[in-house]
Amino acid sequence: MSTTILELIYMASAAGFILALKWMSSPATARRGVLAGEVGMLLAVVGTLLRFEVVDYTWIFAAFLLGSAIGVPLAYKMPMTAVPQRTAISHAFGALAAALIGVAEFYRVTPDRFTMAALSMEVLLGFLTFTASLMAFGKLQEILPTRPITYIGQNVVNLGVLGLAILLGMVLVFDPTQTWLFPVFSLLALTFGVMLIIPIGGADMPTVIALLNSYAGLSASAMGFALDNKLLIVAGALDGSSGFILAVIMCKAMNRSFANVLFGAFGQVQTGTAAKVEARPVRSASHEEAADILGSAQSVVIIPGYGMAVAQAQHKVRELYDSLTRRGVDVRFAIHPVAGRMPGHMNVLLAEANIPYDRLFEMDEINAEFAQVDVALVIGANDVVNPAARNDPASPIAGMPILNADHARTVMVIKRGMSVGFAGIDNELYTMDKTLMLFGDAKGFVAGIVKELSAVHA
Amino acid sequence: MKNFESGLFVFMLAAFLGFELIKRVSPLLHTPLMSLTNAISAIAVVGAILIAGEKDASLFSRVLGFTAVTASVINLVSGYLITDRMLKMFKRREGDAK
Repeated sequence: MSTTILELIYMASAAGFILALKWMSSPATARRGVLAGEVGMLLAVVGTLLRFEVVDYTWIFAAFLLGSAIGVPLAYKMPMTAVPQRTAISHAFGALAAALIGVAEFYRVTPDRFTMAALSMEVLLGFLTFTASLMAFGKLQEILPTRPITYIGQNVVNLGVLGLAILLGMVLVFDPTQTWLFPVFSLLALTFGVMLIIPIGGADMPTVIALLNSYAGLSASAMGFALDNKLLIVAGALDGSSGFILAVIMCKAMNRSFANVLFGAFGQVQTGTAAKVEARPVRSASHEEAADILGSAQSVVIIPGYGMAVAQAQHKVRELYDSLTRRGVDVRFAIHPVAGRMPGHMNVLLAEANIPYDRLFEMDEINAEFAQVDVALVIGANDVVNPAARNDPASPIAGMPILNADHARTVMVIKRGMSVGFAGIDNELYTMDKTLMLFGDAKGFVAGIVKELSAVHA
Repeated sequence: MKNFESGLFVFMLAAFLGFELIKRVSPLLHTPLMSLTNAISAIAVVGAILIAGEKDASLFSRVLGFTAVTASVINLVSGYLITDRMLKMFKRREGDAK
């Protein structure tokens, strides 16, 4: 096939990816976007298969079969609560592919300086994203401890490893014949990925996953420079900027900087911050009382958090939504940007439970309206509704934008016990006079409320 | 060096385009967006095919290429399928919900 035709095919493929992202802007067009992305990918794959350089198809088709055999079940069998893990593991696959191609290219021909610069970028980002994503997967799957692990001098050691890797990369650029350096360089990149995630805790996962998404994209883009392929450059740049923007949004939603997320080891047990509030009495309520209050309310806002995902309570929440809606109660959902373990996590879970998406509201849309809300029902969220973020400048979460649950007329919080949230601080919301604590498992308690509501109704 | 310059130029334009496009994506869809960009990053399959299918490649190179194609195809297939599976779940409120 002539090069011109191939270039045109690649260009059409890039256009497909651009349209895919454009159509993702709204749920109405998003599925069309997926189709555009699929067409783009199909063009890229077919175009590449027809290139004259490609002569041996056995290995390629074997890999197609194996990849599909793993990929299809991965897409259909995965429960929606496991989406953060799946995302982490697929970042690992993508980054591994990019890094291995870089390695193969390096040993194929001795690269010139410019190609070598692109290759070292590709391999560095690829390998570090590979191990970092595996670590993130381990933490999300709770194979590894989710609390951040820190030690003295950690940042110095981490930056030292990264610095050394970059230094070796630069030496290789100036003299690509020093092949013995290359395995050392790769090993350092792999090690840095592991070390990068060790001090990261569960609540910072949304930012970190978004950042890894960005790195995987940039690695593909670097590959584009090495192979002189504009399609790779474009697709990689699109992914890179997407992950970067999501990471920025997550950081803003926590009022923290990138450096703070990556090196701050947030969520260690806080000592000496914020004078200890003396143990204040909390009011608790039963299923019946909660059902009474909810059933006689006019407007209810439900605030879901990671606890809802852990308890797999989204379907019970849907039943509660149905039951209240049938009684004419206006039920809305308030979603904090960092609720859950990845950007948009709560929206997907609620959509899975068939809750219409026009009932899901972002923080900025709904925050001003809490004062007119009868009941704010918090299910498995903690730090994102902690008024200390607003009131207490000494708090570790000071300045973080929160959902104004405390402005609602009545607040109900479903929680297992009085344990502190991820930031390791007390939540004064729980001890407010208008707050009722509903102690129990999220799924069980919501089921209890639903039962009471239908009993009263019948 | 000419390719390098035009490559950087394309990268710069694509990055800005990416910023503008992603800014418009509703936070509602951030999870499917991430799995879609995941699928798109499986574009690495292009490089992987070139390595795996090269004429007279060494076994080392073939194995790397094979692994890279497999990893990308896993992402490609599962990325698009799960994005579509998620998006199918996003529904508006119907006239009367059941």
